[in-house]
Amino acid sequence: MSSVLVVQEARADGKSRFFQESLAAGRILAGLTGLPLEAAAIGNPNSSVLAEFSGPPPAAAHAVQHPLLETYTSDGYVLAFEQLIRKLQPAFVVFPHSYQVRDFVPRLAARFGKGLIGDVTAIEAGPTFVRQLFQGRVNGMYRDAGDGPCFISIQSGAFPPDSATAGATTIHPFVPEMIAAQIRTHPGEPFRASARTVDLGSAQAIVAVGRGIKEEANMPLVRDLAAALGAELAASRPICDNGWLPMERQVGSSGQTVAPKLYLAAGISGAIQHLVGMKGSQCIVAINKDPDAPIFEVADYGIAADLFEVIPALTEAIKAAR
Amino acid sequence: MKIIVAMKQVPAPDAQIRIDAAGRWIDESGLQWALNESDAYALEEALQQKEKHGGEVVAVCAGPERVGSTIREALAKGADRAIHIDCDDLASRDALGIARLLAAAIQPESPDLILTGLQSEDLGLGQTGVILAELLGLPHATLILHVEKTESGLRVKRELEEGWFQNVELPIPAVLTIQSGGNKLRYATLMGIKRAKTKEVRRIAAASLAAAAAPVVLLDRIALPQKQKTTQMLSGSPQEAAAALVEKLKFEARAL
Ligand SMILES: Cc1cc2nc3c(=O)[nH]c(=O)nc-3n(C[C@H](O)[C@H](O)[C@H](O)COP(=O)(O)OP(=O)(O)OC[C@H]3O[C@@H](n4cnc5c(N)ncnc54)[C@H](O)[C@@H]3O)c2cc1C
Repeated sequence: MSSVLVVQEARADGKSRFFQESLAAGRILAGLTGLPLEAAAIGNPNSSVLAEFSGPPPAAAHAVQHPLLETYTSDGYVLAFEQLIRKLQPAFVVFPHSYQVRDFVPRLAARFGKGLIGDVTAIEAGPTFVRQLFQGRVNGMYRDAGDGPCFISIQSGAFPPDSATAGATTIHPFVPEMIAAQIRTHPGEPFRASARTVDLGSAQAIVAVGRGIKEEANMPLVRDLAAALGAELAASRPICDNGWLPMERQVGSSGQTVAPKLYLAAGISGAIQHLVGMKGSQCIVAINKDPDAPIFEVADYGIAADLFEVIPALTEAIKAAR
Repeated sequence: MKIIVAMKQVPAPDAQIRIDAAGRWIDESGLQWALNESDAYALEEALQQKEKHGGEVVAVCAGPERVGSTIREALAKGADRAIHIDCDDLASRDALGIARLLAAAIQPESPDLILTGLQSEDLGLGQTGVILAELLGLPHATLILHVEKTESGLRVKRELEEGWFQNVELPIPAVLTIQSGGNKLRYATLMGIKRAKTKEVRRIAAASLAAAAAPVVLLDRIALPQKQKTTQMLSGSPQEAAAALVEKLKFEARAL
């Protein structure tokens, strides 16, 4: 029977918030289409992955199990979900937009002659799926066409989980057919780069700098501001990619997650991969010459002006106020 | 190694994005264009692999006339030749449609390695490389920062979330999507720019590559995001705005 199938990502740390958010998105789709909600995950039927749901539990859950799925590989996951989807024939398949999902779901969807509508931030009647374009400066309204399942992945934080108490459902084991030779990639153990010498997570104040600073030679401008504020210096990815600050000072999905009392972002546009690392800050200040920059969407205070004029003035004003 | 780099031209990072009158796409008139950043890192990785192991780097780019400048940039940086897939209707094709074009152009080249950026700065789909691997029947790995050739294939360093990494081994031919920051980007030299003019750019009409299948993902319209948060915007001269901010931080937010 056709359904909305929500897929949980197997994670060593058992983090399930993102799954609960995917379920929330799945419930919206189920509501719009009148289809039943089902869940699936790679893992042992007796493990906790599918044992707990916030809000009304799905009609059924499928535990996809195979020794070759113990470590994640794109080949293995594509084979497994291809077989599960051919069996269940869901109308929609909902994933969390994680790095793992980015890695295998486009391939899975292509196998069905379909596309992935990825990083969805809202679901409207139709269903129409909203996702960000141009690094958050524009929204695009997408629709699935053609036959077969519609694949979507949802942005972290976009669909608040149902706060109702947990419920359980029947778990059906599913054993896909695959052999070792079908898995062409051989992943090693995850590792961290090197011991961190700064822990931005415990900083009270952070001055973060982005590509708006233009050149390495301009970095003293933000260093002075950070010093006046007694703040740690951090950056968006391009600054660390360029080697203007060490990688460990990068804030965002591939860097550190911070929540200081004060986060001042200068010349940072506010791409989602940056926002996820800092939007929990208590007070956010943004300085950006583009008044429509997405960073202002999360800022408490904004100055839409040239940082090369504002920052020196601000550094002076802070020194005077202290 | 014969390496293909699939590249995209996107609006320059500082370009002003305006929505067109029909609300279907952006107004492209007068826009500045640039090579997509992670594709620049893909090109850099390809050039470094060639420097280490010999071989050939072929740049592939789909798009209208204007992408010629991006192709010349790649040739000036050191790509040996290029394939320009002539196509005026990029915006109305979906990721699967674009990947089909690229796959059809790449297949006859029988490369050892196909590199592309992990996602484009305009659509941000992050799917082209992965779909390309599926269409060509090749293994793939995404978010790659470092590539090392081994006896049997490749060892690559893959970025995971929150500062974690992982090494992955895979055979060649393979498709890799490259994350930014793994290498330092080179600039084109004057000599390179001069040489680029003599390098081969083969133009292939999109229509001759793949029958234009109907898109399976449709972009109906685009719109500016609705502001949800009321940000207090501080105006005035730089000094006035700075003074106002200090006041606010001290007495309202108590963050100073
Ligand atoms: C898988 C993946 C992971 C990623 N991980 C991260 C991550 O962990 N952290 C991260 O930050 N990014 C990450 N990114 C990159 C992210 O998508 C953005 O590309 C990046 O955050 C942009 O950095 P930026 O805001 O500094 O640069 P841009 O987007 O180029 O913005 C520069 C801003 O500066 C402003 N500006 C320019 N000149 C001035 C001036 N004179 N005065 C004031 N303002 C000015 C412009 O208006 C613009 O808004 C990741 C991307 C991917 C695909």
